[in-house]
Amino acid sequence: MIALLVRDLRLGMRAGGGFGLGLAFFLIVAVLVPLGVGPEGQTLAKIAPGILWVAALLACLLSLDRIFALDFEDGSLDLLATAPMPLEGVVTMKALAHWITTGLALTLASPVLALLMNLPGAGYGWLVASLAVGTPALSVIGTFGAALTVGLKRGGLLLSLLVLPLYVPTLIFGAEVVRRGAEGQAVLTPLLLLGGITAGAAALLPFASAAALRINLR
Amino acid sequence: MELTVTDLACARGGVPVLEGVGFSLTSGRALVLRGPNGIGKTTLLRTLAGLQPALAGAVSVPPESMAYAAHADGLKAVLTVVENLRFWARIFGTDTVEAALVAMNLGALRDRAAQNLSAGQKRRLGLARLLVTGRPIWVLDEPTVSLDVESVALFAGVVRGHLAAGGMALIATHIDMGLTEAEVLELGPYKAKARPGGGYGGAFDEAFA
Repeated sequence: MIALLVRDLRLGMRAGGGFGLGLAFFLIVAVLVPLGVGPEGQTLAKIAPGILWVAALLACLLSLDRIFALDFEDGSLDLLATAPMPLEGVVTMKALAHWITTGLALTLASPVLALLMNLPGAGYGWLVASLAVGTPALSVIGTFGAALTVGLKRGGLLLSLLVLPLYVPTLIFGAEVVRRGAEGQAVLTPLLLLGGITAGAAALLPFASAAALRINLR
Repeated sequence: MELTVTDLACARGGVPVLEGVGFSLTSGRALVLRGPNGIGKTTLLRTLAGLQPALAGAVSVPPESMAYAAHADGLKAVLTVVENLRFWARIFGTDTVEAALVAMNLGALRDRAAQNLSAGQKRRLGLARLLVTGRPIWVLDEPTVSLDVESVALFAGVVRGHLAAGGMALIATHIDMGLTEAEVLELGPYKAKARPGGGYGGAFDEAFA
């Protein structure tokens, strides 16, 4: 299974892999918002948690349709399905590779963008923490959406429509952690709920994703 | 080791294409499937490989023993020849990459990116993957597409070596690979009868099988 993770990361890094695409998108959104809203520090600081989380969510969405589509087109998915490895393991590794190339990268880059959004100093740590805890759920849920839509022509848009509503709880609690953190309030409750969503999604969705893949491969 | 297929029926897109297919294959034997386009060769091979459920009948085969090679080779364009093979070797837990490169005459191309290979070279790489799986039953769907005469002979030799080592091969092909010892199964007589009224009543059930 590690072999699959290593291959996916390597494919992501090489030309055409799309690594850094989500990161660049995150950066551009976070730069555009202050330009549109205006240079008023107070306003920006107020909307920063929400904007940063929405931007992270959209950046994650950008690379979702590639998770299975490329493997489906070149036939690797059929071959992986007949390999001595459960499909549940395949989808877990795919989600992990997606998280490392997008979620983890976004988490690490977020303090720089928080600076552009004039996030209050107390919120930085909580922004990184909430992204680190919340983005794995985005990758796992997105992998499920990608498994449902694999093989469809122009499945990318349908994938977005399917997945975005499922991202709502993560968005609410993720942004809430940052907002409370920035205002110096207690963050434990939303952070625990965020972690709960991630843990639940990671525990259950690989089975659903594998089942969806099995049906789509027929 | 034995592969036994009894009274198998399989469907494509919910429409039955083959029914009553039965044969058995033992170590060291090869079976060539023949039939016109659309008769259901690919569907039969996908059913045997476990990628889709059978409508009826049974397939008796030892677990984790099949290596499936489809029309698509499953190659990653930005990885080199040796990286592609090494990935599959690690997935299947074997260590025969070098032997596979030599057997399929890919030694000189080992560090070439797969996107720069010709169609025939890609095919050879796709077939070399069979050797690194280390599995005894090869299920091959049109393995000779885009191969030249020499490469077909090379691959026939590889299949022969696999059979001699106690393996089995199930090959759907239109051309004569020169495997004179292989049995031939014509799929024409197993074509599924059209249901009266056109549609197929159980298509909905099949989706939840």
